[in-house]
Amino acid sequence: MNDFLWAAILGMFVATYVVRASFIVFGQKLRFPPAVVQALGHVPVAVLTAIVVPEALMPGGQFDVSPGNPYLVGTLVAGLVAWKTRNILTAVLVSFAVFGAMRWLL
Amino acid sequence: MSNSTTAAFAGLRDTIPLTVGTTPFAIIFGALVVSAGLPPEAALALSTIVFAGSAQFISISLIGGGAALPVIWLTTFVVNLRHALYSATVQPVTKSWPLPWRVLGAFWLTDECFAVFERRMQTAGAADSLPYYLGSAVSFYLNWVAWTAVGAYLGNLIPGVATLGLDFAMVATFAAIIAPQLKALTPVAVAATAGAVALLAQGLPYKLGLMLAALAGVVVGVLLDGWRRRLAAEEAA
Repeated sequence: MNDFLWAAILGMFVATYVVRASFIVFGQKLRFPPAVVQALGHVPVAVLTAIVVPEALMPGGQFDVSPGNPYLVGTLVAGLVAWKTRNILTAVLVSFAVFGAMRWLL
Repeated sequence: MSNSTTAAFAGLRDTIPLTVGTTPFAIIFGALVVSAGLPPEAALALSTIVFAGSAQFISISLIGGGAALPVIWLTTFVVNLRHALYSATVQPVTKSWPLPWRVLGAFWLTDECFAVFERRMQTAGAADSLPYYLGSAVSFYLNWVAWTAVGAYLGNLIPGVATLGLDFAMVATFAAIIAPQLKALTPVAVAATAGAVALLAQGLPYKLGLMLAALAGVVVGVLLDGWRRRLAAEEAA
């Protein structure tokens, strides 16, 4: 564990804790403007998509939009199964099976 | 048994499905940290000190990708912003807790503990809410930390753990969370923008592309919300 890792982790603790503590600790003195609440609603989809898309289309840093890219196919399967079943665990398990099969068989 | 003990056990029991459901992710997280070339202690420190699943997973790719400290901190903040809504939702009940317990309890406010506690608020209100929350949160926390350790130290023993593709677990989970939300024009536009900008900005240093892409997605969402409000106002007029 070097200084960089400790600094990263302690800073992450602060960034997480202040958000969770906001209303519980500081109570009703805090108020969010409605516009901020509405903007917050878009954060999860925006952040998660920004993480998923490069990982799926550019695994290892190389652009790869072929049916032989297990990350791309696995991601599509995960999304499709989740969309159909509304069950995240099922989607992860099915997509992991497809991903694993492609990694080891192709 | 006192009411408090009963409530604490009820909290523990109601959390079991989520405790069990997140166990594989704790193991994978621990192994993934090691496979990224980081020490097992880093996995343990992240689970013990930060205790935020999605932010923990993202931090591995950020640290592994050479991100600067402010980018790591800011990304963590943005990814966890949804917890502010949880904090506001539980506040009417937690305001009866003594301050030290509020300070401590806030640390454990994950997606899972919030979901369990919110259901309890609906049925039981504020009655025995502190012991219930502690039973739920502490058991969930200890399980997450313990299985992180198992994953990290097991991962250290498995040769070639880096080539197993464990990083796909995060991608699959996030894809599964996003997909059901893509039912309306606005979230689709938000996702399309964020995804496109993330690809275009991939080459930026310190992993800044992620922040830029998330910001672009949120801006498009806010613009579309405003546009829809104006449209509704015109129709009403």
